Amino acid sequence: MYDSLTNRRNFIKKMAMLSAITAAASMFPGIVFASEQEKGIPDNANLDWKKGPCRFCGVGCGILVGTENGKAVAVKGDPNSSVNKGLLCVKGYHQIMCIQSKDRLKTALVKKNGNYVETPLNEALDLVASKMKESIAQNGKDSVAMYTSGQSTIPEGYIASKFMKGAIGTNNLDCNARLCMASAVTGFLTSFGADEPMGCYEDIDHADYFVTWGNNMAEMHPVLFSRMLEQKAKRGAKIIDFATRTTRSSTASDKSILFEPQTDLAVANAICYEIIQNGWVNKSFVEKHCSFSKGLTHIGYGLEDNFQFTDKPEKIDFEAYKEFLKDYSPEKVAKYSKVSVKDIKYLAAIYGDPNKKVVSYWCMGMNQHTRGTWINNLVYNIHLLTGKISQPGNGPFSLTGQPSACGTAREVGTFTHKLPHGVVMNKKDREMAAKIWKVPVERIPSKPTYHATEMFRAVDRGDINFIWVQATNPLVSLPKTSRYRPAMEKKSCFVVVSDVFPTPTTDVADVILPAAWHIEKGGLYGNSERRTQYWQKMVESPGEATPDTWMFIEVARRMGFEDLFPYSKENHVEEIYNEYRQFHEGAKHGMAPLEVLEKESGAIWPYVNGKSTQWRYNAKYDPACSNGEDFHFYGKPDGKAVIWQRPFEDAPEKPDQEYPFWLNTGRVVEHWHTGSMTRRIPVLHQAMPNAYAEFHPDDAKSLGIRNGENIKITSRRGSCTLPASINERGLPTKGQVFVPFFDENMLINDVTLDSFCPISKEPDYKKCAVKVERA
Amino acid sequence: MNENSEFSHSYNQHSMPIKSYLAHPIAGRKDELLAALKGFDQCEVLPAENQNILALVTDTLNDKEDEILKEKIEALSSLKLLALVSGFNTPQ
Ligand code: SF4
Repeated sequence: MYDSLTNRRNFIKKMAMLSAITAAASMFPGIVFASEQEKGIPDNANLDWKKGPCRFCGVGCGILVGTENGKAVAVKGDPNSSVNKGLLCVKGYHQIMCIQSKDRLKTALVKKNGNYVETPLNEALDLVASKMKESIAQNGKDSVAMYTSGQSTIPEGYIASKFMKGAIGTNNLDCNARLCMASAVTGFLTSFGADEPMGCYEDIDHADYFVTWGNNMAEMHPVLFSRMLEQKAKRGAKIIDFATRTTRSSTASDKSILFEPQTDLAVANAICYEIIQNGWVNKSFVEKHCSFSKGLTHIGYGLEDNFQFTDKPEKIDFEAYKEFLKDYSPEKVAKYSKVSVKDIKYLAAIYGDPNKKVVSYWCMGMNQHTRGTWINNLVYNIHLLTGKISQPGNGPFSLTGQPSACGTAREVGTFTHKLPHGVVMNKKDREMAAKIWKVPVERIPSKPTYHATEMFRAVDRGDINFIWVQATNPLVSLPKTSRYRPAMEKKSCFVVVSDVFPTPTTDVADVILPAAWHIEKGGLYGNSERRTQYWQKMVESPGEATPDTWMFIEVARRMGFEDLFPYSKENHVEEIYNEYRQFHEGAKHGMAPLEVLEKESGAIWPYVNGKSTQWRYNAKYDPACSNGEDFHFYGKPDGKAVIWQRPFEDAPEKPDQEYPFWLNTGRVVEHWHTGSMTRRIPVLHQAMPNAYAEFHPDDAKSLGIRNGENIKITSRRGSCTLPASINERGLPTKGQVFVPFFDENMLINDVTLDSFCPISKEPDYKKCAVKVERA
Repeated sequence: MNENSEFSHSYNQHSMPIKSYLAHPIAGRKDELLAALKGFDQCEVLPAENQNILALVTDTLNDKEDEILKEKIEALSSLKLLALVSGFNTPQ
């Protein structure tokens, strides 16, 4: 007789072995195990396997979820997904284990006299709608706000945008992707006039060199890193790690180059200086396909409330750019970047060699940067000068952190300035939205309002009186939570939070709405390589937990917008996606129809004539190219990509006598962002139970700090106490402390600074000044 | 604050632990460690071909047996370091 327990245990053992192999792959260059790992997991006759994307990171691995008697019991990598080819990382394998957590939110909770009272969902939604209406009646449309997520599905983001911008008529919608991807967006828009990478993951199979800029891919994009390691072992591809901290990625790389925080700007310029000096410029490419511009300098840091900045681009020529670069000779830059002249020349020679294919990868190190837009521009400059772009194995590739930061936040446009197609400032884009949404065009305001940081400042000032937070945990993830936690506790703002689990953000809510988890609803995500992935509901959610899209629709209907939200409960995901697709029709951004996404493990947009476009702007692959040349940067009116003159400028706060250390924050492989899901997965929680503060051993020695000892880290904003970690997972450079931010019991964001890139408005979580004491 | 620090739920009840580890042998003693680990009924082991490391999965009936096995493995003289990668508990 079929023994389901034995089979399941065998299956789990296979998964456990694959986890170990995956972990080893992220630690050792080119590790190869016996062929057993290739055999994969045998199909279990009793399990029903359904496909979807992983819930967690922006790599967007395909997963297969095995269900049995209505319960999700197993996860394996989808062998048909070209993203991960059957592999998953530890988070991916264990993802479903949080669903049944004891403290899962199953009913709506309404705060009454300081206590949370279980309330029927319908009543809670009535209350949310009435509070929203009341706030609008008393204080105007711009007194209500919504803060969503790069983990929201495409339908969730789309309905949020339609509800706020089309129905209510306010641009008070922003999302946590502002905290992670906004600089990537402004980098793409300023350099190319169109968002998102030109290449795809298949670049990994062609590149000779991978240069990672401030990015610990072994922990943050582990499946992609294991694909790089495979190419390293197979073809001798080389990985160069350029970072401010020695990580698992550094030790698995061929070369690790460390730089002083913020000086990546100068090093990127120095690489361009070398490329020009050595005659490595791809002249015909630059002449045909590039223009040169400069923008304003000394642009500020956004530290003041209501900070405003608008860049004033000015065209320059190649000679002026060359002259500007004279300040960035390797000899000059080596002095303050702490990167040797030899290493700068080494990097430049890699990019400069016409016979080598190079992919640059980055994520938060470059985006969470007070000059985030600039550093994105500068890495594009390197690829544009050498013509190494938009070809298999050659290209700059901005990786996303969240599973649908691209698909939802950037493509649907859940930012204050965005619409599903284009921006609110553009009349044509507003007209298109009004037509598809069937609303008067005058209702969509033409002026952006609050970006994420400013939205919470507005809550603090009393300018926002109602906020709805969905699928994110800002009171752990915002910078300077020491200001924004008390702000959200103020009586002047009614706070609604939809989530799957209790978090420090639900702790300050007036209404907590129980959200359905990933596989308890259908949805679509879009990953880093422009891949849209669709999944169908796989299991029922517990209690009254409900898909977020449906809760938005219910509230919109209660506010009198029934006609704008005519979707059916059963098929709303599909109906919404079909409506949304109209925004992107055409060769530049066409999205695959649902029938295709149902069958395949995702499709890459532009999806044209039944085909994904893997390399944009290259006429060989991209049907939108229309200038008759090999390349066409059609995002810009003149069809040319822009090489930007952007200088090095200091960080707003640097170590000084009183606060002598840099503080750098980030993530660990075991935990997803603020840990609200992964800390409820016992294996992941046990593997990494709490945050810690990494020190360089020399600093630990001079401060007399021992491993594990409690240390208090203090900035001008606040403090946080954590155990010291010396020579364990990562090794910061001397004078730097690193702390992961996943632990809600050790809130390092009470310490961080809410400065941001004036162009992208993305905060810099990687640099502020702190002092360190034994607690 | 909420009770997030506990994180206990149904997966923890009546467990039959399956765990995976990376076992780092002392230099030059990889084969010896492989043989020793293969000697335990509850162990499945997969050596890396080109690195000094072994992937190990343990399958035990309960937490007590899991603990005893771990102690035995850690006592092997050819083992330098045992690093936990993941653990699964399946209902009995
Ligand atoms: S790499 Fe990212 S998408 Fe892939 S399994 Fe891990 S968390 Fe999921």
